[in-house]
Amino acid sequence: MPRIKVEVDGVTYEDDVEPRLLLVHYLRDRLGKVGTPVGCDTTNCGACTVLMDGMSVKSCSVLAVQADTHDITTIEGLRINGALHPMQEAFHSEHGLQCGYCTPGMIMASIDLLRENPDPSDEEIREGLEGNLCRCTGYQNIVRAVRSAAHEMSHSEVTSHD
Amino acid sequence: MTEVGTARKRSEDARLITGNTQWTDNIQLPGMLYVAFLRSPYAHARIVNVDTSAALDRPGVVAVFSGADLAGEQGGLPCAWVVTPDMVLPDHPPIAVTEVRYSGEPVACVVARDRYAAADALEAIDVDYEPLPPVLDMQAALAEGADLVHSDKGTNKSYTWVFANGDLDAAFLDAAVVIEREYVQQRLIPSAMEPRSVVCQPFGDQMTVWSSTQIPHILRVMLASVTGVPEQNLRVIAPDVGGGFGSKLQVYGEEVITLILARKLGKPVKWTESRSEGNQTVHHGRDQIQRLRLAADADGRIRGLNVDLLADMGAYLMLVTPGIPLLGAFMFPAIYKMDAYSFTCTGVFTTKMPTDAYRGAGRPEATFAIERLMDELAHELDLDPIEVRRRNWIKHDEFPYETVCGLTYDSGNYEAATEKALQLFEYDKLRAEQADRRERHDTVQLGIGVSTFTEMCGLAPSRVLGSLFYGAGGWEHSAVRMLPTGKVEVLTGSSAHGQGHETAWAQIASDALGVPFEDVRVLHGDTAISHKGLDTYGSRSLVVGGVALVGACVKVVDKARVVAAHLLEADASDLTFENGRFSVRGVPEQGMSIQEIAGATFAAHNLPDGIEPSLDSEATFDPENFSFPHGTHLCAAEVDTETGFVKIRKYVAVDDIGKVVNPLIVEGQVHGGLAQGISQALYEEAVYDVDGNLQTTTLADYLVPSASDLPTFTTDRTETPATTNPLGVKGVGEAGTIASTPAVVNAIVDALRPFGVSDVRMPCTPERVWRALQEGVAQ
Ligand code: FES
Ligand code: FES
Repeated sequence: MPRIKVEVDGVTYEDDVEPRLLLVHYLRDRLGKVGTPVGCDTTNCGACTVLMDGMSVKSCSVLAVQADTHDITTIEGLRINGALHPMQEAFHSEHGLQCGYCTPGMIMASIDLLRENPDPSDEEIREGLEGNLCRCTGYQNIVRAVRSAAHEMSHSEVTSHD
Repeated sequence: MTEVGTARKRSEDARLITGNTQWTDNIQLPGMLYVAFLRSPYAHARIVNVDTSAALDRPGVVAVFSGADLAGEQGGLPCAWVVTPDMVLPDHPPIAVTEVRYSGEPVACVVARDRYAAADALEAIDVDYEPLPPVLDMQAALAEGADLVHSDKGTNKSYTWVFANGDLDAAFLDAAVVIEREYVQQRLIPSAMEPRSVVCQPFGDQMTVWSSTQIPHILRVMLASVTGVPEQNLRVIAPDVGGGFGSKLQVYGEEVITLILARKLGKPVKWTESRSEGNQTVHHGRDQIQRLRLAADADGRIRGLNVDLLADMGAYLMLVTPGIPLLGAFMFPAIYKMDAYSFTCTGVFTTKMPTDAYRGAGRPEATFAIERLMDELAHELDLDPIEVRRRNWIKHDEFPYETVCGLTYDSGNYEAATEKALQLFEYDKLRAEQADRRERHDTVQLGIGVSTFTEMCGLAPSRVLGSLFYGAGGWEHSAVRMLPTGKVEVLTGSSAHGQGHETAWAQIASDALGVPFEDVRVLHGDTAISHKGLDTYGSRSLVVGGVALVGACVKVVDKARVVAAHLLEADASDLTFENGRFSVRGVPEQGMSIQEIAGATFAAHNLPDGIEPSLDSEATFDPENFSFPHGTHLCAAEVDTETGFVKIRKYVAVDDIGKVVNPLIVEGQVHGGLAQGISQALYEEAVYDVDGNLQTTTLADYLVPSASDLPTFTTDRTETPATTNPLGVKGVGEAGTIASTPAVVNAIVDALRPFGVSDVRMPCTPERVWRALQEGVAQ
């Protein structure tokens, strides 16, 4: 079995894994990182989205061995000094979730979306989140949340640069 | 205090946005084993032999069972709604024993030490099938000599259910207009984002079941009766549940089997489905053929309506399969007055996954039919679709109104909702644009779709359910515990899976008890904690469960009043209770808060004689009537006549759901409902091929819409309180889904009227729209 070394949410893990083990199952079943859920088996839903070296990936479409030497951030590692990430705050404030099953993936994908485009239009948000399905919200409040997080994050960057 | 009506941000979000959740699949217990099911690749076949020996030798495999192995203990899956005395109700073993009747039906299961090993071993099970003819078409299934789904029953008909009132013949006799149509409600897959999952842990003779279910309480009773585990030894927990939309209002074979395996092996056992497995074997929704006849006068006044339905049951009758069309039976006349109405529904067996509740359950189908007919009627008489509705709907001063179905609508104001919707929509402006595009022969035509709907919610008055032969009541339970520190625990029998009960119920209790919102914790979804309930479906939680909570709070206050009077040395009748504080009338400074009284009651040092040291109370509410939310939805669709592509340009939803506890949650419910209803109109369909194999097994084939497939909605409300409950609430969970499907299809047909199009079959894909257009033009 190959041995991998992965940093997940700031902690380094070294494990022997079956070559076919999916990253999402490694996170959930081996590391107990169950905050990242699974919604499908064809990489369509995006529920399992995490950041790998800062970029969003669907962790059901990545093998654990492919994560070797990489840095993974899940929804559980988003807090900065105990405070919620602005995207988490925005999903809460704008009622961007109902059952919450899609939410970890939505939040991670939205963070990546703003990394690429810090000031997206509603249309760009909708297109950017095409790979993440939500059955509860009809997306309107998710779009609103991403917009408001974009505003908040650009604002806080400006102040921190001052 | 005024918590009710405030847009409180949800308490439950804290865990959901941080991944600190408890989905059933998250549960890992020491020694836990994993189950995988082998499923039939045939729609219909006799099981000749199942050889499990090779699978048993696979690494990590602990046990393998076929249906025959479990035949003595697996029992049969329940149907709680025997709609007619002569309904054909076939046996439904959780794992098929002698015959499979839909593709995906379980034939064997493997228990192994991890989920990969369990899945791997499935391929080593050898099953000998003798294929039988699939039965896929409802009309063919009813024909003389048709192949049978259940050969021992001698028929593919499960039941025919009839309701009639008024003289239909008279209504149709020399009616100026008769509209006759056939509409198809395609089969849908509910597609909650969380796949089903079950964990069962044995502990001595006690069994704890965690399931991704909407109905922990009903599930407990049913599992007890199916498996023989005594009810008192069975605890069912619905932890965080990732959506349901009716699909988790079910007693699934996999739940039964997981429990049986845990009992048999004495180990905790888990099963989690894959999406492809789920698309095949989570119950489906809709699937009806509707034959409709409507008679009207020359001025557009409806005289009578005749509805003849074929409803696809699928291969078996599951929990409420046969009753779903009946929930629509009373809704075809909708908000309109008419003299005569007749409804016939025939439930038909096919070799497909059984159907059952899906958001709206029977009522979207009914609303679609009548709202499509109203547009057809308007077209026939060259009237504006709003005008034809206006001429027929119940006016606001005519409530309470007894409909032709015998329902009493307690309240409503269709005029107000419509007026508001027309303004927000800028109806006249869009009609002018439509005329202009028609004039210019624009390749992109504009259509306007109207849907003025109502629904029966708040399921349900127990007496009515009894009269319809439903197997249980429709009440709901709630309890309030006053803790020593003055904090409050609310227990509710409804079981939220995204609806925000933890927030809304705390708001209600906060107002009723006069305690801060933050001091209230809402507990639900565990039969050992919220011990009594009938769970969440049918827009019932607030209308029935919320009202039960109000009842429990009133009892707490009444008990506290007695203690307060004693401690304040006043007469109970001299006390006022405001903002959580009892004070002596005229001496406001002499008082005590209910939270202090909770502490004093706990100490019990100085209670009046004969008073028990507890303020805790419970209440069970059984509604006397349904509630009747209504609204007006308007959709503007741009239809590209060259490609058939439909774009929703504007969608306005004005809903009247009575009083609102939390406007934020209400808005979210409407948005999500709209998405699902629009999606039925445009995208979704479960497709079986000619052999009866489901072709839409993945989210790549079954089109759950993404953000870029849906428009931005304009939502607003009018507020006509329900008069049948103290909160004045009506329910909102299904409104958007029920109203939106016909609004969208009406808009598409409206755009294409000049091309001779009078219907497009759902889902209105570009191909279907384009074909309808070609056919229309050709005629
Ligand atoms: S679980 Fe990864 S995309 Fe669906
Ligand atoms: S909130 Fe339920 S799936 Fe998105």
